[in-house]
Amino acid sequence: MNIPLLNKKIKWYNRSDWNETELKKGFFRPDQKFCTDDSRRSNIVVEHLNVSIQENLILKDVSATIPDRKITCIIGPSGCGKSTLLKSLNRLLDYTEGVKVAGKVLVDGEELYAPGVEITHIRRKMGLFSQRPCPLPMSIYDNIAYGCRIHGIRNRKKLNMVVRHYLQAVGLWEEVKERLHTPAGRMSIGQQQRLCLARGLAVEPQFILADEATSALDPISSKTIEDLFLKLKEEYAIVLVTHTLRQALRIADYVIFMYMGEIIEAGSAEQIFKNPQKELTQKYLAGVFS
Amino acid sequence: MKLKFIEEKAVKGIMLITTLLVFLFVGSILYTIVKNGWRAMSWEMITDLPGGGFYIGKEGGLLNAIVGSLYIVGASTVLGLAVSIPVVFYLNIYLKKNAKRGSIARLAYDVLFGIPSIVYGAFAFTIMIYFGLKTSLAGGIIVITLLIIPIFIRSMDEIARELPQDMLNASYSLGATRYETIKVVVRQIAPGIATATLLSIGRAIGDAAAVLFTAGYTDNIPTSLGQPAATLPLAVFFQLSSPIPAVQERAYAAALILTGIVLILSILGRIITNRFSRNKIQ
Repeated sequence: MNIPLLNKKIKWYNRSDWNETELKKGFFRPDQKFCTDDSRRSNIVVEHLNVSIQENLILKDVSATIPDRKITCIIGPSGCGKSTLLKSLNRLLDYTEGVKVAGKVLVDGEELYAPGVEITHIRRKMGLFSQRPCPLPMSIYDNIAYGCRIHGIRNRKKLNMVVRHYLQAVGLWEEVKERLHTPAGRMSIGQQQRLCLARGLAVEPQFILADEATSALDPISSKTIEDLFLKLKEEYAIVLVTHTLRQALRIADYVIFMYMGEIIEAGSAEQIFKNPQKELTQKYLAGVFS
Repeated sequence: MKLKFIEEKAVKGIMLITTLLVFLFVGSILYTIVKNGWRAMSWEMITDLPGGGFYIGKEGGLLNAIVGSLYIVGASTVLGLAVSIPVVFYLNIYLKKNAKRGSIARLAYDVLFGIPSIVYGAFAFTIMIYFGLKTSLAGGIIVITLLIIPIFIRSMDEIARELPQDMLNASYSLGATRYETIKVVVRQIAPGIATATLLSIGRAIGDAAAVLFTAGYTDNIPTSLGQPAATLPLAVFFQLSSPIPAVQERAYAAALILTGIVLILSILGRIITNRFSRNKIQ
């Protein structure tokens, strides 16, 4: 499968592309449209995070650092708090009843749970990529343009370029270029999942949070997504929650093993898979429990 | 034959019979109206105001009631939507799931839903007396709006509660505020809004009790909000209680017109709903 490389630093649009998209004047880079300062990039740092939902302590004193430009896999048995940890990274837990959060999450040095923090610009930095594809109820084109529109880009020609760029980046352009204005819900599940990824990338995040992003897909579609992740990690920090140990083995650079709401062991993929220190990790990797 | 196959057949039979029974109801109602009202039906009925001797069976039509009904229904639908859409979004997007405030509000709307329309009429009547107001178009519009708001809220709420949290999260994670998210989810529940509107219009146009005290009845088309307005259900009611057979026939003609309007609106609503549900995610 041919997936064009998405690389902000090296790839440049050549002139023929510009004519095709009918952009007559001015310089416009679809991947640098928000004029944000990329130099201040840093990691996500989680410090002593405690999360309880309706009096049940889900995360117990979790501390972790998510490195930039790496794939971080969070593994662990069901119900150990993987998804909660992921959701607490961009404050989606706000909309659940009875959630209490204590501790710190620092994104680019900004404290996420400080009172009065303006959350939308931090959320923009983190593309969420859910288990089941969740296209918005609009056309394929609007799905991608939506994020850009809410962040202030309304020029039709610019949007055309953005939509094309990101559909190419996830390898969807050839499949859907004839029907950009048909409802997104009519695409296949694998296509929808890639559309969601393109939609998330279109707002130029720095982190990609993926919650079992491939578990609803067939093997070929999930291979496509995994390949995409491997390419995307040159640009983004990817946090992947996964049930599939084999997947973690294939793509992880850094692994966090969680059990019962606690981080048991964290480290580079090699260290965790080859030489786990804790007994629980050894047992989990050996398949004693899952 | 095994018992479970007999069960299967019996249950299917019961379903078939009940479906036919409902069909029969609709058919017999339409038959009665058409049979009794057909002779009184004419262009005059739709295009003319009541003449001098209309209520003893002479010339004239029901234009006053048709226009009055459409005024009241149109205005109250717009007002009702304007009030209930924010309520529904507040309950489903701004409030957390299962929040206490939400369940209290929903209970209140359930109570409102169950209040008979005559009680709404009587309630509005007392208030109008207190303020020294006369029966008027405005009174009718307000009462009908009050009457249909719970219907709007109930039926839209049912659909908005089905909104997948994943869809909201997808929008939030792009950095959207909750208001921007509303603009997205409106497309998802648009078919629901259309259905709710249809239900409410059906209820609003057919209600006689609420407008009896508040909108009154007149032979003229109201030209301002302060004037009384006639409505089709009251036209049916008043003419049916007349002893003259020709006038009674006109009551059925009025019922025929009323049913016709509802039918046209339903068909239109279906078409619009289909168009709106194009983008809906299953």
